[in-house]
Amino acid sequence: MRLAVPFKGMVQRFALLSLVLAAFGLMILGKAETVLVERMRTGVTDVVAPVLDALSRPVATMAEIVDNLRDLTRLRSDNTRLRGQIERLNAWHGVALRLEADNRTLRGLLNFTPGERATFVSARVIADGGGPFVRSVIVNAGARDGLRKGQAVVTGAGLVGRVSETGGRSARVLLLTDLNSRIPVVAEQSRTRAILAGDNSARPRLVFLPENAKLVPGERIVTSGHGGALPAGLLVGIVTSAGEGTVRIEPIVDWDQLEYVRMIDFESVTMKPEPGKPASSGGERRRGGS
Amino acid sequence: MKGSFWQRLDNVARRLVPLGLTLVLILFSVVPLHIPGYSSIVPMLALISVYYWAIHRPRLLPPIAVFAVGLAQDFLSGTPLGLHAVVLLLTYGAIVSQRRAFLGKSFLVVWWGFLVVAFAAVFVSWILASVLSGTLIETRAGVFQFLLTFALYPAMTALFARVQRVLPQAARNVPGP
Repeated sequence: MRLAVPFKGMVQRFALLSLVLAAFGLMILGKAETVLVERMRTGVTDVVAPVLDALSRPVATMAEIVDNLRDLTRLRSDNTRLRGQIERLNAWHGVALRLEADNRTLRGLLNFTPGERATFVSARVIADGGGPFVRSVIVNAGARDGLRKGQAVVTGAGLVGRVSETGGRSARVLLLTDLNSRIPVVAEQSRTRAILAGDNSARPRLVFLPENAKLVPGERIVTSGHGGALPAGLLVGIVTSAGEGTVRIEPIVDWDQLEYVRMIDFESVTMKPEPGKPASSGGERRRGGS
Repeated sequence: MKGSFWQRLDNVARRLVPLGLTLVLILFSVVPLHIPGYSSIVPMLALISVYYWAIHRPRLLPPIAVFAVGLAQDFLSGTPLGLHAVVLLLTYGAIVSQRRAFLGKSFLVVWWGFLVVAFAAVFVSWILASVLSGTLIETRAGVFQFLLTFALYPAMTALFARVQRVLPQAARNVPGP
């Protein structure tokens, strides 16, 4: 065993200490110079994105195989359940057709111009695993594909979160369960407005509820479109508990099955109101929270 | 000097093994596994790696490499920049200074040492993350992360011990950078 020269040990200790201080410095920098740190972060993510993309594919395939096997065992019970569901949905289908016809007629009467038309960018989730303190994922699409900060991210089921950082070919999505996530929502039935605030738990809570708000478990919560950053009416979750003070909701998205997501390019539409007409609700650009 | 160009290149490559391996582990830890609840309790693979190399070959994983590893982890997992760098550097410093207490000890003793280190690491990151976000973050996920990291230690150590055999004995005597 070779003994370290005392001088060398001192140098080593000094190096360690200065690096710890540098790391603390970076933490403060991250708070003060968010733009700079964000650029560094997206730069690194961009470089690593192809590797993550390649790595995540076989894992996704494996997960799919496991899923398929599990599905096979449930085939019979699923079948009965789905038959029942088709019956019920057929009834709804009829209702929808009738309403659509109604809607068309009424729109014709009102000279209504359909306002918001959104475009989508689809992407694959190539990294999650932020650990206990963050809830975010990386997707394999970036500014090059038309992604912008603040865009809503959805799956077929409903809202996932928002784009928080965009690199060239990768972007980070802040999930709605994250500590820093704030999303303006409205209860579908009672039209109670609130802000959905994540706290890293599986069930984010509703804050800024009106005094007399009456929310019952089971009520659907959708985005309100307030502030103009997100389109209105995206399903977010279901109210699970409406106890004293805190109302929590169960997000509709299945986090473990998050593989493909869609980013909604919505702002570009609301930002350009038709000439001579007032901007649709929330036309004002959001700046740092409403 | 000694050795041909290729020998030296080979030597450099081998010296980079601990750092490279740790970075690869970080990549693996962020790949989506689609296991329910996994993403919030991913084991700190980099911590196991830093702990192991700090005991067995600290010269092959100098502080600057640990710093880089920490930053890589922060960049990829989306944690506040510097958080993992601080945690890993403190772990490294503590272990290197107490190295003689671990060297040559039985596996169980080293594993027990890791129990303390992993707990401290998760606890410190919880404090830092809470301070930086200005709220008390819920602790449940952290506790599970600690337990999972601790449980994975034997398997990871087996891997590192295998890798260590690739590292030439000579690497110990090569003067530091």
